[in-house]
Amino acid sequence: MHNPNFDFIPGSKDFKIQLDEISKIEGAASLEVEVKDGRVEDLKFSISEWKRFYTQAIQGKPAVAVPSLVSRICGTCSNAHLLASLKAVENAFDITISQQTLLLRKLLYHGLIIRDHALHLYIFALPDVFKKNSILDFDMEDPVQHNMLDDAFSVKEVGNKLSIVIGGRSVHAPFPTVGGFLKLPKIDDIKTMRNELLSIRPKILSLIELFAKTSFFHEVQAPFVFTSLVSHDFSYLEGEIRTSEGNTIQQSNFDEHLHAVIIPYSHARGFSFEGNLLMVGAIARLTLGKQYLNKKTLKDTEKYLSFFPTKNLFYNNLAQAIEILHSIDQSIELIESVTTIAPEPPIKPVLKETSGVGVIEAPRGTLYYKFEINKEGVVQKGEIIVPTGQNQVIMERAIKEIVENLVRLGATKEKIVYEIEKFIRAFDPCMSCASHFLKVNWK
Amino acid sequence: MITKKTKKITLNFDRMILMAKKIRIGWFTFTCCEDSTILFTELLNTYYKEWLPKLEFVHARILRKDDANEIQQMDIAFVEGAISSDTQETKLKQIREKATKLVAIGSCAVTGAPSNQRNLFNAEQNVQIKEILEKFKYKEKVLKLADVVTVDESIPGCPMNEKLFLLLMEKYLNAQS
Repeated sequence: MHNPNFDFIPGSKDFKIQLDEISKIEGAASLEVEVKDGRVEDLKFSISEWKRFYTQAIQGKPAVAVPSLVSRICGTCSNAHLLASLKAVENAFDITISQQTLLLRKLLYHGLIIRDHALHLYIFALPDVFKKNSILDFDMEDPVQHNMLDDAFSVKEVGNKLSIVIGGRSVHAPFPTVGGFLKLPKIDDIKTMRNELLSIRPKILSLIELFAKTSFFHEVQAPFVFTSLVSHDFSYLEGEIRTSEGNTIQQSNFDEHLHAVIIPYSHARGFSFEGNLLMVGAIARLTLGKQYLNKKTLKDTEKYLSFFPTKNLFYNNLAQAIEILHSIDQSIELIESVTTIAPEPPIKPVLKETSGVGVIEAPRGTLYYKFEINKEGVVQKGEIIVPTGQNQVIMERAIKEIVENLVRLGATKEKIVYEIEKFIRAFDPCMSCASHFLKVNWK
Repeated sequence: MITKKTKKITLNFDRMILMAKKIRIGWFTFTCCEDSTILFTELLNTYYKEWLPKLEFVHARILRKDDANEIQQMDIAFVEGAISSDTQETKLKQIREKATKLVAIGSCAVTGAPSNQRNLFNAEQNVQIKEILEKFKYKEKVLKLADVVTVDESIPGCPMNEKLFLLLMEKYLNAQS
């Protein structure tokens, strides 16, 4: 259950905390902390989702069928898995998608970013700002809280609808396929989304201001590296991988820089970047590519963009709010640019023995797919590296720092637990994604 | 006359209490991708004004931290996902004991698939996953909910069929009002 178990004497510097289920995150995770003499002796952040073994399940399946299967890895970012795996298969078969397909995929993806970040910010993180257990506890007699509740559902709905218009469904979208779309959206339906997107823009400006003004603060003391895919239009789908150390990495070589970290008590594996702590996600994307945000977004968020780069990882919330605005502005521009939808059939792959990599920025960070495919077009091996795995090690390290700071300040047990959960929620981990893979040794 | 009038007032009062009583629901997740949970949160976009005054979320990890350490009595338990371990099986049985109605939500809960894909693995795939299964004490086979407890209603689909879910909600909400 969710309530923590304590072995804690007020004022004591020796105690244990056990959180069996962390609430308001995607999936299941638990935390155990043991403090002795004011120092964290033991800390275990465990992903407690039970594996579904997708890296094994895709073996022996036709490559063209795999994207719709792996989209089932995660409910909330399913379209990220869909598009990353489509990209890997298309790269393997040397398929260059049309400009129309690329535009539609970008729109589909902006819909995901709006919906997914809104779920996190309004439903998971916002109650922490208002010191409430749940958004469902917001006071309807209070105009600010009432508006926030209304905003939450109207913003999510626009992102949801954009994904439905383009992909046929916001979760496990059925229309995108290898080489294009099985069914193309109607131009009139696309055009109607413009005004809907415009209608939520002021709500996101308020949300940005709210998260910019929160006092949530923890600067990670340990050295770490930000990495993200950076593209000229901040599309999340294209570009090259950059690091906060100034390096550029080709997408196909990304896995060579990630080193798996076995976490014995967790169902998921963590990663380091060339041996360093690694942080991916919205905060990394703004740090490395904020100059490529939509011009309207840049203009309206100028004073908040100056907060980045930052070591205050709570600003991941602010970064996500700014990304929602970018996805709104960018979607409006894309919708205004399109005049017709041409009846393009999907490009069919010419089967051969091959391999391919697909990298995109999932809502929570860089998502990597690699497939080895035989001459019949059947997947022999797959490797999937998800953002939460990349963030797991630094998340655990930061929690340790937070607990030690709070113990030094003589915080109560309730305060310590509240701060830990608030921090984990700011990371926006996705346990469904993180727990379903096994390390595959590539030859 | 006085008696009749008093009775009428009492009846109306009882009805008011009944109308004010919210349906106590729980939303639980076992082994799955939580797609139906996400779909439920998206349905709230449209229906929150209608549903929230009528529903009390006793357990719903995605929406709130539980108020109590034990599973509480519920009118309806919505359960998503398949059963992968003995600990999950025990928890599902506890939910069943505390729920007047138990609804299996989505394909993994209703059929076991696709979370049960390891049940069909070949020998080579089984060798790859053996160590993990043993280390974390997975069940030999992944089970659908009906393999473990009595299921009152099922909403199939991957994610759950939205229309069937809305019909079910309408049925429960009408029964309460």
